Amino acid sequence: MVAEALTMMQAVAAPGRLLMSGNEAVARAVWEAGVRVAAAYPGTPSTEMLECLAGYPDLYSEWSVNEKVSLEVAFGAAMAGSRSFCAMKHVGMNVASDALMTMTLTGVSGGLVIAIADDVGLSSSQNEQDSRYWGRFAHVPLLEPADSQEAHDFTLAAFELSERFEVPVILRLTTRICHVKGVVTVGERSERAVAGFTKDVSRWVMVPSAAGRRLPLMFERERKLRAEAERSELNFVTAGSNRRVGFITSGPAYMHVRESFPEAPVFKLGLSFPLPFDSLRRFASECEHVVVVEEVEPLIETELKAQGIAVTGKEILPLSGELSPQVLKPALAALLGEVLPEQSRTAPLKVFPRPPTMCVACPHLGVYYTLSQLRNVTISGDIGCYTLGFGQPWNALDACISMGASMGMALGLDKGRSDAEKDRKIVAVIGDSTFLHMGMQGLLDIVYNRGNVTVLLLDNRAVGMTGGQDNPGSGRDIHGNEAPRVDFAHLVKALGVRAERVHVVDAYELPVLLKTLREETKIPEPSVIITSQPCVLIKDYHALKPYRVLDDRCTGCGNCIDVGCPAIHVTRRDRVRKASGREVDLAFVRIESAACTGCGLCLKPCAPDAIVPVDTLAMPIKVVRKSADLANKACGTP
Amino acid sequence: MSATGNFDTTNILVVGTGGQGVMTATEILAEAAIALGHDVKKTEVAGMAQRGGVVSSHLRFGPQVLSPQITPGTADLLLGFEAAEAMRWHHMLRPDGLVLMNTGRLVPPIVELGLHDYPHDPVAEMRAAGTQVFAFDASLIAQELGDIRLGNTVMLGAISDHLPFPAEVLERCILQRFARKKAELVELNRRAFAAGRAAAEQAAKAEAAAA
Repeated sequence: MVAEALTMMQAVAAPGRLLMSGNEAVARAVWEAGVRVAAAYPGTPSTEMLECLAGYPDLYSEWSVNEKVSLEVAFGAAMAGSRSFCAMKHVGMNVASDALMTMTLTGVSGGLVIAIADDVGLSSSQNEQDSRYWGRFAHVPLLEPADSQEAHDFTLAAFELSERFEVPVILRLTTRICHVKGVVTVGERSERAVAGFTKDVSRWVMVPSAAGRRLPLMFERERKLRAEAERSELNFVTAGSNRRVGFITSGPAYMHVRESFPEAPVFKLGLSFPLPFDSLRRFASECEHVVVVEEVEPLIETELKAQGIAVTGKEILPLSGELSPQVLKPALAALLGEVLPEQSRTAPLKVFPRPPTMCVACPHLGVYYTLSQLRNVTISGDIGCYTLGFGQPWNALDACISMGASMGMALGLDKGRSDAEKDRKIVAVIGDSTFLHMGMQGLLDIVYNRGNVTVLLLDNRAVGMTGGQDNPGSGRDIHGNEAPRVDFAHLVKALGVRAERVHVVDAYELPVLLKTLREETKIPEPSVIITSQPCVLIKDYHALKPYRVLDDRCTGCGNCIDVGCPAIHVTRRDRVRKASGREVDLAFVRIESAACTGCGLCLKPCAPDAIVPVDTLAMPIKVVRKSADLANKACGTP
Repeated sequence: MSATGNFDTTNILVVGTGGQGVMTATEILAEAAIALGHDVKKTEVAGMAQRGGVVSSHLRFGPQVLSPQITPGTADLLLGFEAAEAMRWHHMLRPDGLVLMNTGRLVPPIVELGLHDYPHDPVAEMRAAGTQVFAFDASLIAQELGDIRLGNTVMLGAISDHLPFPAEVLERCILQRFARKKAELVELNRRAFAAGRAAAEQAAKAEAAAA
């Protein structure tokens, strides 16, 4: 049997049949489609699309400073007649939509596909939005693949559609497409002739008169696209043997519906905007009940109801999160008044929560340890690894909503403060890449309007949260090649922060950081403190000799635990009564030297000097770091 | 027909914490299933996997796989890279499913700060719930082999005799990965795989003796 299986392995290992995530499959298809320009700003769950594309030959790819710029770059290339591609997470389109809402009027020359990845279930986002609204809002067609193979095939179809109708096309993905790996049959690249840019102010210069003339064209295009949706092979019906309930669904929910109700007829929408009302009406008339299963807002449902088609949807299904079989089956049973067969269950067991932590030696650890020592302060936060500063043990971040918002929120907290809070210090914390993405404008506003805000600009030379991607602050481009590096001190001075109010501080030099923060928060004008140590996940970071704890010197004070480093572990707890009569909890510690990379942050709070370097030669095991190579980077690159 | 002659979908849940190599291990399992002609889907619930958080990776393979997610109560195998994490996902297992788990512990800051307790004996708690558990210290085995990062190969060795295909298929997929790198790594991983296989077998015997 072993020999047989091993022979079989070779037989089925066909070229062109690859295990790919949805993101990898989209990237592959973008390359196959002959795309010449691709741009994105990193954002979970969309990041890997551009990361993979950077590995393909014959196309230009870039990390843009934000999603709006990335869409404008892609649009520019499409005006020039090249096929182009742009990817972003759902909230990215909030930033990019200003460009989208007018490029729908001009249309495109070369095909333009915009992949928007919704984080259904909020695995790594600040909200859960439904990007299918953008199709409706911008009057552009929207495609929804249901697995990796469709992610590949729909990307190719999206480019065809984009060029046939001269319209940007949205490819709507969700986390459950982007990060699911499945078997994909791929093709090869076909190069395409590039038409070149044709000057035509009536089309490309959207002044009111020109835009007004293009509005009817946009609506006419939508009418034609609806007719296309009636004919499109992207929309199809899976016949079912039991017509009691038929389902109308799109995206990954299709797989959940098929899994849950194998006998039911299903209308699967691949080109899900504009909706093919006639086909859907026909389908609905052939089923006793029709249930719309869509992640997450009731868009299809509402539009069908407006057409007078009787369907059930969010009356029985949740308005947020994934519609997986364990959600669908009970909901349908309730609708039909059925009782699900009793299943023997495996008991859930209670376990502590394990929230994400900052990495061992992360330069943000010292920043938050320092911030946690400030009193009478409100800390306006931003999006990135450093958002974790809100949690234990630091509790040193008070607000976070969107990219770059720490700046404007801080100014608002300053200007809108109550009389009782007149001495409250306002600190804004923002990362390098987030600052360049959308924070610079906020700082300019603080300066221009004479706000009293101390800005901590955490420059770790990477987009850390998404895996350490490069940006204009890292000095490297998407390929890791040397690129111009922005000088943050010069930049903030150029925005108007006075030179005396700009400081560059080593993130591991806690006394200096604390002193600078104390001084700057006392001065009632804008100041910027830039911390400069690289993210431990990128190659700029160099590990130092690890530390260990001398048992006989540790007094159990537990101060080092407040740094929040995951390499510090408690070996023993105790409770003693001090001379004052006060009871004190003690926690004696050890350092996991195999994980420690010697940043030394824990040395400062250790009063008895119990932390000493390890004799590395005597170490039995290699130093283990959370390194980028643990991240899955396999990409099906040719 | 699939290579194993099995028409059902096999559901394997691989769990641990960010940085342990859970996703890579699942990927190798997926490659083995693909190489045998199965349809395969693999999906993660890994909010912030690189940040030491909870990672659970779902692998489903068979003639045709639709939903990528394993429904709670239907996992055939639970491969736990960390003791408390195996416990966290216990409810995903089907009632007669099998847990193969590392007894090694990764205690997070939230526990060190005294805000929560680490379970006293995860293996005993799962057994008390009526579940069959094969437990062994994969972290220690990896450390003794000289590199904690061999832990995921040890875990793959442990599951290799409980799959609907021969262990050698999985072993080949692992070694092929490292063949592109250093010869020394191939040998280390071969040993880690064998050690994991032996550890699971020993744990199975111990469990049988205790029962």
